[in-house]
Amino acid sequence: MPAPKQLAEREDLMSGGHRACAGCLPMTAMRQMLLTAGKDTVVGCATGCVEVVTTIYPYTAWKTPFIHNAFENSAATISGAEAAYVSLKKQGKIDKKINFVAMGGDGGTYDIGIQALSGAMERGHNMLYICYDNQAYMNTGIQRSGGTPKGTATSTTPAGKVIPGKTQFPKPLTEIMIAHDIPYVAQATPGYPKDFSDKVEKALAIDGPAFINVLTPCTRGWRYPPEQSMEYARLAVNTCFWPLFEVEYGVIKINRKPKNILPVSKWFEGQGRFRHLFKEENKGIIDEIQAEVDRKWTLLLKREEMTQA
Amino acid sequence: MARRLTLSGNDAAAEAMRQIDPDVVTCFPITPQTELMHKFAEFVADGEVKAEMVLVESEHSAMSAAVGAASAGARVMTATAANGLALMWEIVYIAASNRLPIVMPVVNRALSGPINIHCDHSDTMGCRDTGWIQLYSENAQEVYDNVLQAIRIAENPDVLLPVMVTFDGFIISHTVEVLDALEDKDARGWIGDYKSTYSLLNTDEPATFGPLDLQDYYFEHKRQQIEGMNNATAVIKSVGEAYGKLSGRAYGMTENYKTDDADYVVIALGSTCGTAKVVVDEMRAEGKRVGLLKLRSFRPFPHAEIVAGLASAKAVAVLDRSVSFGAPGGPVHKEILAALNGTGHTTSIVNYLYGLGGRDISTTHIRTVFEELETVAGKSIPADEVRFIGLRG
Repeated sequence: MPAPKQLAEREDLMSGGHRACAGCLPMTAMRQMLLTAGKDTVVGCATGCVEVVTTIYPYTAWKTPFIHNAFENSAATISGAEAAYVSLKKQGKIDKKINFVAMGGDGGTYDIGIQALSGAMERGHNMLYICYDNQAYMNTGIQRSGGTPKGTATSTTPAGKVIPGKTQFPKPLTEIMIAHDIPYVAQATPGYPKDFSDKVEKALAIDGPAFINVLTPCTRGWRYPPEQSMEYARLAVNTCFWPLFEVEYGVIKINRKPKNILPVSKWFEGQGRFRHLFKEENKGIIDEIQAEVDRKWTLLLKREEMTQA
Repeated sequence: MARRLTLSGNDAAAEAMRQIDPDVVTCFPITPQTELMHKFAEFVADGEVKAEMVLVESEHSAMSAAVGAASAGARVMTATAANGLALMWEIVYIAASNRLPIVMPVVNRALSGPINIHCDHSDTMGCRDTGWIQLYSENAQEVYDNVLQAIRIAENPDVLLPVMVTFDGFIISHTVEVLDALEDKDARGWIGDYKSTYSLLNTDEPATFGPLDLQDYYFEHKRQQIEGMNNATAVIKSVGEAYGKLSGRAYGMTENYKTDDADYVVIALGSTCGTAKVVVDEMRAEGKRVGLLKLRSFRPFPHAEIVAGLASAKAVAVLDRSVSFGAPGGPVHKEILAALNGTGHTTSIVNYLYGLGGRDISTTHIRTVFEELETVAGKSIPADEVRFIGLRG
């Protein structure tokens, strides 16, 4: 596993000048992924912020081959490219090792793209799927997705006088992917770059499908100052809202166990999308979310112990 | 040397696919396309082809994976019908816009609802503006011939557009017919190798596929796509002629069957043309000057052949096997009117709607149509007048 310093010395495969917002952590995740994966990588991305900000014709920020097809089919598209590679390799028309990485935001993965993702994983293509999860449809204007946390104010679940933001807990996507019994599943965030980079390296080295869910804070959608993106990424981990863990052939390993677990309210503080939760009448929602985070963290610790044994 | 085979339409398409042996075939089952893919899956399982088969979880992913594979420089095929085509519609449009020469047999079946598994043309007519070339087939022989020609048409550098080879569900797909197929070496020579200009797998010269294309370039790219489709007319003709030299069966944009001196002409596409030819022959024997204008290529539309084929016609019946709700007449009818517009034609043109959901059309029906044409010659027919064949009530 390369050290961060070694990664920093590699060629940056994402050019500057793209149109992402300042403080965009999805784009940080892209650069970290590319530094690890290297130039012999075919990248596909669902319709969404990353695709839009990097490929406005006639420019492209990608120094690797890149394909955007549509919103719901990033996994299917890359599975086709991988099948072409397998076919041409079998025929002796290509011999170099190529990585295949499909990506989508939480909308393109938790929601509209989950069928194509599930199918591609089941078929066993040798590809990595990365969900850059910023917890809402940010590209279209911050609408709620299946990955949006309970209580979040979005454009379609505003903090109203009667309904205080999104009423449902998010879909447990990482768990759904674990249930696919694929060789490798992980959660990561660019807030811990070495952890993410190691996971990308491991996922690409494994023969078969791999999935990494990457929490990527969005300054516009989460409503905090752009320079605080990394901080919010790390707070999500240290409140145990977004545990860093990996599942390799069914064996769970928690990559970071915070010494002092912070209350989730510490992660909510300063994010405009959660501001209404601090009103007296909504305090119960924070308690409910805290209880759910505690339950899942405890369960994860037990599952780690159980599968390591 | 031809090989005489006895095959269903589905098996004829599969036989052509065996000889083409694409690099990648993506597939999702839908009646009545299923047996085509069963047959091809047997070729894969028996090691008769090298194709990598991607058995996806939906037609949407079938076309999405086809786009991914074609962008990676592979020769790619898939096949579908009806609702499957409707589900993949979004990506059908993208495949053409990205200029990917994918070839897809489509077994014509009525679109839901109500759900129905039998033939009409609502599926392929519904995506006539997706930018795909559409070749309609009269029988199993034409299915085989069209699939082999489609590869050459799609991959022509002046065209670079995907091609649908359509054939009528059950009527052709499940009917066993005798046909002549090329020897494998001749078919392989005809198909040749495919080398795409750009490929996702060329990591030394990385390219971006499917970028965001806004007000400043989208229009120019659409114009280029229009040019590609316009170029397809000459390519379909030259490929059809070359195929004729190879196989003895030449193809054009249309088949103008006994139309040269015809007073009365029926225009149709698909299996109905075979039925109509029988009637034309019978009535010719009776001394009637009747003919059939068979549309082989619907996209691009064969304007010149239509005008030539109707030169002597006093009255014309346009047979539509799908509805364009709220429009004056069916899709074929409107195109015929548009083709004749400005040519000085005074032919009386009647639109017939028939065969929806697999409703049978017989030689008797078509004879009745010719007889009706005799009564309308010289009359002005309103564009929105539609007659029905084989409809109760």
